[in-house]
Amino acid sequence: MPTYWTIAAAAFRQYSTYRLATVAGVFTNSVFGLIRASILFAAITTAGGELSGYTIAQAATYVWLGQALLAPIEAFGTREVSQRVHQGDVAIDLLRPTSFLGLYYAQKLGRAAFLLLGRGVPPLLIGALLTGLALPEDPLSYLLGALSLLLAITVAFLTDMLVNLTAFWLLETRGLTVVYTAVMNLLSGFLIPIVWFPDWLLSIARATPFPSMIQTPIDTLSGRVPPLEALPLLGTQLGWTAVLTAAALLMLHAGVRSVEVQGG
Amino acid sequence: MVRTLYGSRIRSQATFRTSFLADLLGQLLVVSTEFLELWVILTQVSTLGGMTLTQVAVVYGLGALAFGIGDILFGEIDGLSTQIKSGKLETLLIRPVPVLLQISSLDLSLRRIGRIVVGLAMYVTALVLAGFQPTAATLLLAVLAPLAGALLFGALFTVAGALQFWLVDGREFANAFTYGGNYVATTPGAVFALPLRAFFTFVIPATLIAYAPTLTLLELPGPALIPAWAGWLGLPAAIVAWLLAGLLWRAGIRRYTGAGG
Repeated sequence: MPTYWTIAAAAFRQYSTYRLATVAGVFTNSVFGLIRASILFAAITTAGGELSGYTIAQAATYVWLGQALLAPIEAFGTREVSQRVHQGDVAIDLLRPTSFLGLYYAQKLGRAAFLLLGRGVPPLLIGALLTGLALPEDPLSYLLGALSLLLAITVAFLTDMLVNLTAFWLLETRGLTVVYTAVMNLLSGFLIPIVWFPDWLLSIARATPFPSMIQTPIDTLSGRVPPLEALPLLGTQLGWTAVLTAAALLMLHAGVRSVEVQGG
Repeated sequence: MVRTLYGSRIRSQATFRTSFLADLLGQLLVVSTEFLELWVILTQVSTLGGMTLTQVAVVYGLGALAFGIGDILFGEIDGLSTQIKSGKLETLLIRPVPVLLQISSLDLSLRRIGRIVVGLAMYVTALVLAGFQPTAATLLLAVLAPLAGALLFGALFTVAGALQFWLVDGREFANAFTYGGNYVATTPGAVFALPLRAFFTFVIPATLIAYAPTLTLLELPGPALIPAWAGWLGLPAAIVAWLLAGLLWRAGIRRYTGAGG
């Protein structure tokens, strides 16, 4: 365990080095938040002040929490593992005394902790100043929200890992990453709340792990879904964590058997 | 020379057919999911920013088409900071070809044509469905608007690239105006509150790319700050933007000192 802790701490420090990049990220993130909030506000105002359970204040909370989660979830996908597979560096990772998934998960948690503090909290504060936020009434929402957030980061890590691990079989994973990002943005409920979807799209979204990454932590943290009703949602997140971990282990196992690393 | 540079890039990419097709399909999917956002909202309410679904589709199609052309020609300038850091820029500087032209042609990626295809199809179809009554003047605007928009996006990308000479680690700043500009351009401008609308019209003229021309083409009344005749302002705005972008780019190149041998 101490090993993984050290890895996570190192990842945290590595990311905290790039201060200007962090400021730039927060700025851009906030501008996008304002654009998104404008679109949702216009729709809600046209609908007469409330749209499928969302008021202006709730929509604002939804948008700014979404912007805050974007960086720690790494919604745009990572490419490190796939590149290491292509370059053969993955052989070194497999030789390490730490487990492969454990190593990358520890790095992800360290990184996510920094991204949450450095890139997540500031847009949330800016949003609170510019448009206001609807905060939960039940203190239990914060506790469950924190738990849901951890699970969301875990689920996002695992699906991203699955995409990266396809590099064992595919020569080029860039196209897959692009498609994955687009589908994820929509079905996770990042762009618009999934309850606004028409039924067929909602059914598709609910059958995927994507809502567990963004919609669930936002609903739980904002208190839009009260604690008691949030429990089954957290259960779904746990279920996806188990399924995706199994899938990632299987893929890694199969990939390692098929991999051929050249050179010495 | 321009033809040789771009031609060689296009030929080299056309060689890998499967990879190209996969990328193209991916792009089509990406653009469709982006439009789904607006579409889902318009299944819930009848109008967004005073526009119906077909009218919004005109704005989206035109914006996507303009961004697609701008992105394919100038999108790679966004990655300038990587070339500054790795020292690759020196190689480009010593060649007797303008750096901007080299960067633009060097990484020309044909897969980005997907956005252009979807944008064009959507723009034309939605215009017809929205009851566009072409006159000589509006027909000219319909053809001119995507090109002026592409020029504007090109200028934005160039400004974004030039700024990286000063803000090497801060390239994400510029994304707020390039990709953020695209987001605003593909959205009915009336949804934005006045300060934001003013900013994205007078400072970053994103609403002049697709929203304002659509108002003019479909003879719709505009909201405050964006009268219907503003549809004609895209080209003048693009010219001003390119003047500024050119000055900034030259200043950036002059400031560049290299990172060693």
